Amino acid sequence: MHDVIVIGGGHAGCEAAAAAARMGAKTLLITAKPESIGVMSCNPAIGGLAKGTLVREIDALDGIMARAADIGGIQFRVLNRSKGPAVRGPRAQQDRKLYRNAVQDLIHVQDNLEIMAGMAEDLIIEEENGVKTISGVILADGQQVKGGSVVLTTGTFLRGLIHIGEEQISAGRIGDKPAIRIADSLNAAGFALDRLKTGTPPRLNASSICWDKLEVQHGDDPIEPFSFLSNKLEIDQVPCHITYTNPKTHSLIKKDLKRSPMYSGAIKGLGPRYCPSIEDKIVRFHDRSNHQIFLEPEGRDDSTVYPNGISTSLPRSTQVEMVRTIIGLEKAEILQPGYAVEYDFIDPRELRQTLETIRIKKFFLAGQINGTTGYEEAAAQGLIAGINAALSTSKSFNFKEAEYNDGFVLGRADSLTGVMLDDLTNLGASEPYRMFTSRAEYRLLLRPDNADLRLTEKGISIGVVGSERANIYRKKSQRIEDCRNQLQNIFFSPNELSDKGIQINFDGRKRSIWEVLGYPEMSLQKLSPFCQQDLKLKTDERSQLEIQARYATYLKRQAADIESFKRDEAVRIPISINYDCVGGLSLEAREKLCAAKPETIGAASRIPGVSPAAILAVLGYVRRQAIS
Amino acid sequence: MTPPGNGAVAVFRVSGKEASLVFKNLAQGELPPPRLASVRWLRKSKSNEKIDRALVIWMPGPESFSGEDVLELHVHGGSAVKIALVKALEDIGNCRLANPGEFSARAFLSGKLDLTEIEGIADLIAAETENQRKQALFQAQGGLSKLYEGWAKRLLSQLAHLEAEIDFSDEPLPQDLNKQIHKELKNISMEMYKHLSDGYRGERLRDGIKIAILGEPNAGKSSLFNILAEKNAAIISEFPGTTRDVLEVKIDIIGMPVILCDTAGIRLPQGKIEAEGIRRSYNEAENCDIKLIVIDGAKWPIIPEKIKSLIDEDSLLIINKSELIKAPRDIKVGIHQGNLISCKELTGIEEIMKKMETILQTKFGRSESAVITRERHRIAVKNCYDAIKRFLKATEIELGAEDLRLAVRSLGRITGKVEVDDILDVVFKDFCIGK
Repeated sequence: MHDVIVIGGGHAGCEAAAAAARMGAKTLLITAKPESIGVMSCNPAIGGLAKGTLVREIDALDGIMARAADIGGIQFRVLNRSKGPAVRGPRAQQDRKLYRNAVQDLIHVQDNLEIMAGMAEDLIIEEENGVKTISGVILADGQQVKGGSVVLTTGTFLRGLIHIGEEQISAGRIGDKPAIRIADSLNAAGFALDRLKTGTPPRLNASSICWDKLEVQHGDDPIEPFSFLSNKLEIDQVPCHITYTNPKTHSLIKKDLKRSPMYSGAIKGLGPRYCPSIEDKIVRFHDRSNHQIFLEPEGRDDSTVYPNGISTSLPRSTQVEMVRTIIGLEKAEILQPGYAVEYDFIDPRELRQTLETIRIKKFFLAGQINGTTGYEEAAAQGLIAGINAALSTSKSFNFKEAEYNDGFVLGRADSLTGVMLDDLTNLGASEPYRMFTSRAEYRLLLRPDNADLRLTEKGISIGVVGSERANIYRKKSQRIEDCRNQLQNIFFSPNELSDKGIQINFDGRKRSIWEVLGYPEMSLQKLSPFCQQDLKLKTDERSQLEIQARYATYLKRQAADIESFKRDEAVRIPISINYDCVGGLSLEAREKLCAAKPETIGAASRIPGVSPAAILAVLGYVRRQAIS
Repeated sequence: MTPPGNGAVAVFRVSGKEASLVFKNLAQGELPPPRLASVRWLRKSKSNEKIDRALVIWMPGPESFSGEDVLELHVHGGSAVKIALVKALEDIGNCRLANPGEFSARAFLSGKLDLTEIEGIADLIAAETENQRKQALFQAQGGLSKLYEGWAKRLLSQLAHLEAEIDFSDEPLPQDLNKQIHKELKNISMEMYKHLSDGYRGERLRDGIKIAILGEPNAGKSSLFNILAEKNAAIISEFPGTTRDVLEVKIDIIGMPVILCDTAGIRLPQGKIEAEGIRRSYNEAENCDIKLIVIDGAKWPIIPEKIKSLIDEDSLLIINKSELIKAPRDIKVGIHQGNLISCKELTGIEEIMKKMETILQTKFGRSESAVITRERHRIAVKNCYDAIKRFLKATEIELGAEDLRLAVRSLGRITGKVEVDDILDVVFKDFCIGK
């Protein structure tokens, strides 16, 4: 018998299975097609703004996505490079095959992890004293697979339905069967399912595109890898190209708009506003005469091109006509039409922050089933679900910390992953949820560059981080800390600084080198004449110190905020609370609180429609209950 | 409930889930139509004995002051009637007298009123003069909330545009976005500056404008104090003090609440007690809004340096004992025009009253726009203003965004709060974003 069963081999499933196995749980990954593990269903890129930070956080907890993306990457670019480090986003174009193989290799070498081909169709649920607990799944061939806990990651497969014009194909991904029976059994278990929609553009044949007419975009040099473990990457990078739609494209789309299932009423699910189809863009922003398209290569020896920006579900023939109005694509050949896919998801307010369902014990959900979109969002959830699935089955694994009795929870002040989980479990998802840096209150702290400093120690203490990473991390953090201490204890007057070319206010006040390092345009390089010994730091460690010094004053200002935030987070609301008994709540606040079931006062205060007054009422009630 | 004492009418207000039960117990019968005045006999529920014939108004929630079901009973105002009705109400289960401010608290908890409106109502109840009443009413009706919410909305919109520059920098956004953000924030900060530099008129109108009478011993300060206090017959209250202490009286001048203070005469002190009195006089001079500086006409034109140094643009220079001045021409101290009066012969008093009214009107008269009435608001608006100023100077976008977030949060502290989703809503509405 296995400790943890993971269903689904996508980005969420792989991280969940690998994390549970790293924790020491005997883990089984069940997927319909083991050869499709690690496939990228949509665009051939990993990372981006906020998403790149999620990837770094996964890496900090020893997950697989960052390492695979460093192996599969064919063009690396840090978005927002001209802006500050807190809002940068590492991103890399991927060679689909290389990425998939890298994921599969990492899964295959993982101890404690077994893979099984099969389609899970039913849940085995036991009930004792009104408490439901999952104990395994039943496969399509009737086989019962028993295990301690179960992580379900369905992606777009849950009652997946593809739309291309008037055509409807029952599928989770083009060419792959949907998961229907498992949706029925979720319904039977009492979960309410709702519909969401996402889309993908047509794929083009590279040899049919006139490249010399198009703008070129190259990767960064030198490359900044995703993984904290990766050394310098030296590869030949592949460029992307840029083109634009034009009024001709737009009028063609308008003409056939009624045949798009989004506008004919055939699609009921709600799509993400930040990933609109080209039809949506033209309808909503009708005064624009063009829209940008990135032509992304799908691999080094792959002739498929992914035109990012024209996701569509128009009929096949219209897609061909539309594409051929675009500069450079006049003779483009479509290898696979664009389509919209509708799928079921569960209201994530059904979940605890550990991603365990409130309804059924030891049953975890991760990825698009929770209403999110994106590889990175799915993977980060998978990682958290995998850790907690392992924690929930046995207390005998290699972690000892009593603080994890309630599971492994990341907070809003720890990580973007924590922000996402808190948002999902309290606010639900009215459209597919994507991570943005603006969702984080403490953006200056939750940066891509310091994900390891924020999370790896936590990962080590819970046992999800292997010894190799633990060693590397501890040495790095020690060097950074030593150096910071050193810099904080060397003081110079403005005159002394000026003698060696550093100009600051001549106010007679002595400053530490650490303080001076925080000034604009300052670097360790410039300040090296003031340090007694050579700092012996690696490049990333140097830049880490520079970033910390630069944000120090702002972070200090936020520290009080974070403290009060943590106090609110520490006040737990009992899961058994009956909001009808809390006096002075408006009907709206009562409904919102009942739906969201916030676990803490802090979480309750973030629910829209719940006023500060309502929070006071709940707080008062919780306090009174605690006394009596 | 109407406060104790006899009156023609007393009003009882019952609020809560079981307000309808109270009606059924007292008036026996169907509830009257909502929000219409009806006449009913009220009876003691145990003995069925009649209490009074009352005007009854039934206001089911949420369309009521507290947001809950509310029953209003208008009975005759005699003490016996009130006592009988209170007893009858107490006999009904789950019925108790409200705590001070409980109706407002319930209205706040049910989301009927925001904090500034509650504060406005509290001020309205406490209002003693006409201008206080006007200001409180304006605030209670949401005048202040409207101003602050308007700013919050505009700030949010600019923050959203800034966040778009960060989170969607790889998307084609308008070229001059940053310029527009700065322009609008400059506008907002200018409006806030104007709002902040109001000379504290709202707070003064709420708490009282302090006018201090200062001068040498025997210059006639106390006489002037008594004349002014008596002239403004509507004395609101009096705080008696010792001769060495500061004497205060609260009076109403052209609808404004004025606290008039008499102070100990300023001279070289003789003894500890007088020294303390003089220290308090200086304190008063420091803290008051308007100074009435009284000069002894018998010694004119000699004025002690100590008194001279008190004169500033917030002072009214008064020379008493005009009957003793021989050539009453060019009565000036530096650039400050003097005003001749005689407390003994009661001359010149009307003239200085007029001048005081003019000063009060220009400094504290109600302006058309909303004014700050509480320190709590002033601090929040000031924090918001400072954060915008820092934003306008910030060289890095992510640091500027932190300042702007702080600005939005500061304003939110006055009326409500702002959600991240509000920011994203603006972004998606204003820009074509996403690939």
